[in-house]
Amino acid sequence: MIEIEGVSQWFGERHVLRDVGLTLTEDRIGVIGSNGSGKSTFARLLNGLLVPSKGRVAVDGLDTGRKGREVRRRVGFVFQDPDIQIVMPTVAEDLAFGLKRHGLSKAEIALRVTEVLAEYGLSEFRDHPAHLLSGGQKQLLAIAAVLVTGPRYVVFDEPTTLLDLRNRRRVGKLVRELEQKVVVVSHDLELLAGFERVIVFDGGRVVADGPAEESVAAYVAMHPPL
Amino acid sequence: MLSLHHDARTPVHALPAGVKLLVLFAVGTTLFFVTSMTVLGAAVVGVGLCYALARIPWRTAGRQLLTVLPFAVSILALQWLFSGWETAVLVGQRIVVLVMLANLVTLTTRTTAMIAAIETALRPLKPLGIRPERVGLVVAMTIRFIPVIKEQADQVRAAQRARGVERSTAFLAPLLVKTLRLADGLGEALDARGVDGPRRTEGTRPL
Repeated sequence: MIEIEGVSQWFGERHVLRDVGLTLTEDRIGVIGSNGSGKSTFARLLNGLLVPSKGRVAVDGLDTGRKGREVRRRVGFVFQDPDIQIVMPTVAEDLAFGLKRHGLSKAEIALRVTEVLAEYGLSEFRDHPAHLLSGGQKQLLAIAAVLVTGPRYVVFDEPTTLLDLRNRRRVGKLVRELEQKVVVVSHDLELLAGFERVIVFDGGRVVADGPAEESVAAYVAMHPPL
Repeated sequence: MLSLHHDARTPVHALPAGVKLLVLFAVGTTLFFVTSMTVLGAAVVGVGLCYALARIPWRTAGRQLLTVLPFAVSILALQWLFSGWETAVLVGQRIVVLVMLANLVTLTTRTTAMIAAIETALRPLKPLGIRPERVGLVVAMTIRFIPVIKEQADQVRAAQRARGVERSTAFLAPLLVKTLRLADGLGEALDARGVDGPRRTEGTRPL
């Protein structure tokens, strides 16, 4: 369970989130809103990438400000741009990177990397330089590199924004089939179809919160055709 | 090193990365004290044999050499002009041996093995406050991000061309901004992947 209690966030003069209070228990949660509405900031609060200016965020009772390392082990984060998330030169090395930090032995790392490469259809790219992968392959690698460490929750920040339709649907299927609890920030409403809960942000506040169909309808109603 | 590892099972591949780096360092240093064309010629042949032993395709080997050819040719021309043809040949032989040997190390060593070797070499410096794993990470990330930054530079140039600017040093400013943004995002990504840095609170994340 992720608890957000009375959270406000500001960057200098900019007030980005205003008194947000939520309890996230569902398996599939979507977050939508206009550009600058505060949804990406909200996502970063969930695994302690940001500590709230005011209020408290706790994951399974662990405060993100005080127990950041433990929180990040539980909450994986997938960024919009896989190029910033992939830190090692080749595919296998990047998958091994996260495992090494979890204290696994060399043999365990090698075995797990092989398994994950096969699971995500990346086996043929094992020693491939990451910068030569296609956009879709890079995003798959970024997701695999997060999942390989076995987080309990995964937060996705606009994971399909840079992808073509085929890869968008591929990532969408992967997200739907994950066993982890998932929070997805996205403008891609198709990706969120069938989600148990979708939260709508506007001006740093939660303005709608409910099942996907209801929240998306409310969001669309807020933005009538021009 | 950016994309060059050539996978094969050969004695050259099997040598520990630390040994290969040590040999490269030793040969690189010794070369500058050798003044015999015959010895340097033998070194060129020796490196060629190592390529054969490592089963590196000749096309791959040639491609590596071609990338430094303009640089080597200009050095040779200057040496010929100011010091005579004999010095030029000696310098040419040294460049060929050094470049081919360095490429051989790259072609036969995985980046992780190379980084592990660097980390091992730096371990004795831990009491001086040097963190070998951080140095290793920096080396790996440098290798990873050179092509990313090059791609960004290409994008900036393309955007300028699209606006009718063919050649301008003004591309450096937007490239710097893009690179700083990349660094900011990368810092977050490292945090998210378990490399802990200082916590961020208000005012530290420009949105």
